[in-house]
Amino acid sequence: MKTQPLTEQLELFGCIQCGKCTGGCPVARKTTLNIRSLIYHMLIEPELNLEAHPELWDCTSCFTCVVRCPKDVRPAELIIALRGQLVESGRVPDTVGAALMGIFRQGNPTGIAREDRTAWMDGLSVKPAQEGCELLYYVGCTPAYDLRAQPIARALVRAFTAAGLDFGTLGIEESCCGNEVRRMGEMGLFEMLVEENGALIRSVGASRLVTTSPHCFNTFKNEYGLDGIEVLHYTQLIAELLDQGRLAFSREVTKKVTYHDPCFLGKQNNVFEEPRAILKAIPGLELVEMDRNRERSLCCEGGGGRMWAEGTNLEQRLAFQRVLEAADTGAEILAVACPFCLMTLEDAVKVQGLEERLRVMDIMELVNLAL
Amino acid sequence: MENPRIGVYICHCGINIAATVDVQKVTEFAATLPGVVVARNYLYMCSDPGQALIRHDIEAEGLTGVVVASCSPRMHEPTFRGAAQQAGLNPYCLEMANIREQCSWVHSDRAKATEKAQWLVASVVAKVARLVPLDSREVAVTPGALIIGGGVAGMVAALDIADAGFPVYLVEKTDRLGGRVAGLDRLFPAMEPVTGLLSPLIERVRSHPRVTLLLSSQVTGVEGYVGNFQAQVETAGHSAPLVLPVGVIIVATGYDLFDPRRKPELGYGQYPNVVTSLELEHILARESADTALSPALRSIAFIQCVGSRDAQVGNPYCSRVCCMYTARQARLLKELRPNAEVTVFYMDVRTFGKGAEEFYDEARAKGVRYRRGNVSEIYRRGERVVLLGEDTLQGRPFEFQADLVVLATGMEPRHDSAALSTLLKLPRSADGFFLELHPKLRPVDTAVDGVFLAGCCQGPKDIPDTIAQAKAAASSALIPLLRGRVPVEAATAIVDAEMCAGCGMCVEVCPYGAPGLDPLWGVSRVNAVLCKGCGACASACPSKAIRLQQFTPDQILAQVDALVGVS
Repeated sequence: MKTQPLTEQLELFGCIQCGKCTGGCPVARKTTLNIRSLIYHMLIEPELNLEAHPELWDCTSCFTCVVRCPKDVRPAELIIALRGQLVESGRVPDTVGAALMGIFRQGNPTGIAREDRTAWMDGLSVKPAQEGCELLYYVGCTPAYDLRAQPIARALVRAFTAAGLDFGTLGIEESCCGNEVRRMGEMGLFEMLVEENGALIRSVGASRLVTTSPHCFNTFKNEYGLDGIEVLHYTQLIAELLDQGRLAFSREVTKKVTYHDPCFLGKQNNVFEEPRAILKAIPGLELVEMDRNRERSLCCEGGGGRMWAEGTNLEQRLAFQRVLEAADTGAEILAVACPFCLMTLEDAVKVQGLEERLRVMDIMELVNLAL
Repeated sequence: MENPRIGVYICHCGINIAATVDVQKVTEFAATLPGVVVARNYLYMCSDPGQALIRHDIEAEGLTGVVVASCSPRMHEPTFRGAAQQAGLNPYCLEMANIREQCSWVHSDRAKATEKAQWLVASVVAKVARLVPLDSREVAVTPGALIIGGGVAGMVAALDIADAGFPVYLVEKTDRLGGRVAGLDRLFPAMEPVTGLLSPLIERVRSHPRVTLLLSSQVTGVEGYVGNFQAQVETAGHSAPLVLPVGVIIVATGYDLFDPRRKPELGYGQYPNVVTSLELEHILARESADTALSPALRSIAFIQCVGSRDAQVGNPYCSRVCCMYTARQARLLKELRPNAEVTVFYMDVRTFGKGAEEFYDEARAKGVRYRRGNVSEIYRRGERVVLLGEDTLQGRPFEFQADLVVLATGMEPRHDSAALSTLLKLPRSADGFFLELHPKLRPVDTAVDGVFLAGCCQGPKDIPDTIAQAKAAASSALIPLLRGRVPVEAATAIVDAEMCAGCGMCVEVCPYGAPGLDPLWGVSRVNAVLCKGCGACASACPSKAIRLQQFTPDQILAQVDALVGVS
């Protein structure tokens, strides 16, 4: 493909090739993906052979490069744009294609029927948001469909109910938020989701929207243009409820816990303290920090389509290193606030046989124990 | 004015005007305008013969007004007004028509440009026919200077002005002289201790008979104008503030260092082995290197551009001095610990001054290694730290282990400069440093007459440049001091007391505090010395009671009429 149109559109000229992007890229040391070099190529060469760069699918869209670039260049957007070119010509890894097809057909990447989206609610009474509510709870595909993640959604419902909030969910009308869709390069599908989901969200008339996943939180907050609706991640809301005394912990959880900052919550949206405030409020819980915390949290490698990208980059997943870092703190529990982190880190614990030392739990699972 | 006799002079400006505008045609047109008794064109009106033409005609033709159609008044208005004055014509009866920047330089169609030049000339002729002589005025200058800041810039400027024979008040916020330089260890190029430079300077300042040193003091208010400032200074040991009368002020307040805590990914404040360059200086200056730097140090890393050239922290500019001071520190450390690996991580190396590139060569020759890559992140591994980055020349990401990391932190405007800016009405540039009047031609002047800048408060610079600028500021400040008088704007605003309703709008809009409501009569009066002739009050006045001399309504409307062809 010709490089000039994208170079101009993405304003890559600002790049001074300082190397902070590749230098801070979490996958840089286990892949041939070198974003600085790619940008240089875009700047000086008239053509780019996309076929020669299968490593484009290795990017987790953690956006560390964007956060650190001293010239405001946004390197990750180049990767997303190049993926877009590949998607348009149908050249995507099979499993990524399957996830996109699932989102298109059934509104979720697993491809399981839309009608089963509310199975996690069995036994719970949750108001349909379409009837009107102050708080719209956007469950998300993974907490809705994945058995391991469903307890998070149930715990949130329990907490919201205990706090007396007027909340509702969209039920089977809820579709994938599209955050990963955009990052996999499928702009057409993403725009369709923004339009349809946006209209549906606005029609509810809620003043606040809360999500389980930081991925949904990120796209609703920064990419959907939901003016007039306050978009929150659940950690922000739960921390607020605790602060206001509308939620209180009555049981002890006497555990040593360390917290992993998810990329889409922490380094991309600067939500660092609320998750920690919740953990510290749990009676008996001792919070210890990993060395690489907050802005330096090591990406679990679940984002950017990596949840579905199999057969690409067969090196060991970053999650493996991360759980070792967690275990080294002496913590018994590795707390997370993102369903993707939950699954990748738990997998890493299992594969490395660390179940005796470390257990991965979502913050809401801990909250559930303490309520 | 009755029976105006106007002379019009069209300049060719070489080919700048004449290549696009038919100057002969414009001259012939000008001769037909009402009130014009002589119209000429010449190659360079600003030259001596050009000016001589004007002077000759004023005397020979008894001109009452002059129009020079040439470049922007910002170029040569003082030149032409001076020529007029020499010939006995009040300089305010001369105006310029800009047919260069506003005509020949921006158009290419000769016919249309010529026609436009004609309209411009007609408009200014119409104005000049209605101009009245104004009195130039001058005020006396208080023989004394206030210098804010007792660092290198402030001290050098103080000594120059004091040596020239004028009293100087040197106000310093802290309890000692020397500023940021006092915190350094050794100076390029000879690697001499900093006390060698500072001690003689401090001693001269303290002992100079005309320097009044006010330590632990702060300027809390400034009233007045060039030649007649009253500076209010709060100083330790006095319950009431001092009021110092001075003629000029030099701002030499210096800079603040970037706080690397704003880049948490570098681990400053979390890891003891990550320090700033200034902290390293303190280690080297105050302690013997043998005790301060462990002999077991195996790897020392310097990281350039911390807090500079970085949009993420809002400092897009280059701090200018860090490449050189890093080269100096790195070379020093390599000499102290020859067995340690000393590496500098950089994006660019800017060693521009005299002897600087050679110094950089020497540093590398002594074994300091330069690797191109801006470090992205630092984390801990045992007692050491690991730097994550990419060697961009190799094209390979690295994990570099170090025992000591030195951050080359950049300069920022002082965090209290906003307050000083408000106090002195000094504008600041986008990066927050004080703004010089012109980046090339007026590097030490400010928008406020009589207030000058010296040193890093105007922008990052090294010691030689700071001293040069301090001397330049002293030199500029000495001009009004030595002359003893300064001209003030003659084309000021005047209030017609009969029309004034006392609403106070003019007081609100004036940026210079020139109008004031008379407490007895309730009408506004403009202090002609403070007035800069900006015209804001005249526009704002709802009663049209204020007239700006040289830009009166009848003069401006006459210009408009001439432009639309209504004579």
